[in-house]
Amino acid sequence: MVSAAPERIDVDVLVIGGGPAGLAAAARCAKLGLSTMIVEVGDRLGGIPLQCVHPGFGIHYFGEDLTGTEFIERLIDRVEELGVPYLTRAYVTELIYLDVDRKLARVLAPGRAIEIEAKAIIYAAGARERHVYEINIVGDRPSGIYTAGEAQAMMDLYGLMPGRKVLIVGSGDVGLIMARRFALEGAEVVGVVEIMPWPGGLTRNVVQCLQDFGIPLLLSHAVIAVKGRERVEAAIVAEVDKNLKPVPGTEREIPCDTIVIAAGLVPNTELLERLGVAMDPATAGPRVNELLETSVPGVFAAGNALAINDLVDNVAEQGELAAEGARIFIENSGIPTARWIPVARGKGIRLVVPQLVSGERRVKLLARVSKPFRRACVEIRELGIRTCRPRLMPAEMVSIEISPGSIPRDVEKLTLEVVEHG
Amino acid sequence: MGREVKRITCIVCPNGCEIEVVLESGRVVEVRGAGCRRGVEYAIEEATSPKRIVMSVVKCIDGDLPTVSVKTSRPVPKERIWDVMKVLSEVEARAPVEVGQVLVRNVLGLGIDVVATRRCRKVS
Repeated sequence: MVSAAPERIDVDVLVIGGGPAGLAAAARCAKLGLSTMIVEVGDRLGGIPLQCVHPGFGIHYFGEDLTGTEFIERLIDRVEELGVPYLTRAYVTELIYLDVDRKLARVLAPGRAIEIEAKAIIYAAGARERHVYEINIVGDRPSGIYTAGEAQAMMDLYGLMPGRKVLIVGSGDVGLIMARRFALEGAEVVGVVEIMPWPGGLTRNVVQCLQDFGIPLLLSHAVIAVKGRERVEAAIVAEVDKNLKPVPGTEREIPCDTIVIAAGLVPNTELLERLGVAMDPATAGPRVNELLETSVPGVFAAGNALAINDLVDNVAEQGELAAEGARIFIENSGIPTARWIPVARGKGIRLVVPQLVSGERRVKLLARVSKPFRRACVEIRELGIRTCRPRLMPAEMVSIEISPGSIPRDVEKLTLEVVEHG
Repeated sequence: MGREVKRITCIVCPNGCEIEVVLESGRVVEVRGAGCRRGVEYAIEEATSPKRIVMSVVKCIDGDLPTVSVKTSRPVPKERIWDVMKVLSEVEARAPVEVGQVLVRNVLGLGIDVVATRRCRKVS
């Protein structure tokens, strides 16, 4: 039963989302002496890494190669040891900006309606997966079509096999890892279909997830239609041209009973957008400054809600940075800064976070290139600072650091671009 | 056994060197195309005795979830992966299970344990 008047909770910092970004943020807030509460929509803390049984997590953050499950259990332990209060199965329906020092979140939890007032909010609600209707696949809609995350939850949380003859759409790391999971559990993986001419994931995963199991990778191919009455019977696959359009006459049928869509993630930003936060079309997340504060004062974003990351280590680091930001914000009723300098995307750069820097603090920019480059650098044109790699791949974000005091007074914007020296 | 050339895509770093390991009667006689020492070591290991960490889930009885995730404590020789998976398909853990708890000791006599990588809390 829900009582007429909502319960009322006051905290310094409200953390929305109990995945890696939110847990790291909450633990750091608690260590900084801020009263903190986590609101998590799932029935336990942890978020997506709870269903990631593969390694590759924590190499930078914990200095160890952990599985996603091991990584997140450590962060959960940290939050539990610090005694940070949290709500699970709790859904934030609305965020309201009262004034610079006060924000209100309306929260529904089983049998409870709660209003949480916070001085700062760290928004770490993660991302959603792109589904079949977003990637131009027509035809039947039988059972047997899943996103990679749905299939992973079925297998690795609930112990259920989604199918026996599987086609994967998308060769990002998520698609590659699911191909291996299916193969290991005895399914036949008939192929991984990738629309781009290069694999979306790390070379390591192409080798260990596909080559190890003899799984074909179909580059420059797309699934254009699904065939099947009750259950998926086949996928219609075609080659694509330079403009990613299917080439007529190249269509063929690949028999399968399951199609797994691993076509990328989109930041969950609905609550932020309703709050009027300025968005970046490149990241599909909010525009943030170097402390990950959005355009609404005292509202911070971290993790995949900010921008799609490739490493959980960066996600946890963003959570901690947002916590530092919240402390500075609460102490000063704002982030003290003489000016914000925008970071523009130049040649070869698909996205960059943060989008605003002051030059007063050490900042690590994270950028993603738009296509593969050999022997190239990511450079901040106005400062001459560069990070060089023998290979720059869209699958791996590049970081580039700006030291305090290194931006001259007459510089009004920074431009990040790829410089080739092949 | 005669002369054999194995092609290995290096995964030590993002360069992804294409390395060739030349074997004569199963012994490495030449390594070509590696950009660094670690690449040479990786390619030799891959060509002569490739190993992988095996990860999966096993049943968890009376747990908050019906499964608990597991991994091998050390990499398993590649040709034994399917045997390990077969063992795992028959393992039943009982909640509570803690991270790092050994669920199968010395699997198949390989000197490698299978350990839990996720907590499984007991529900009554």
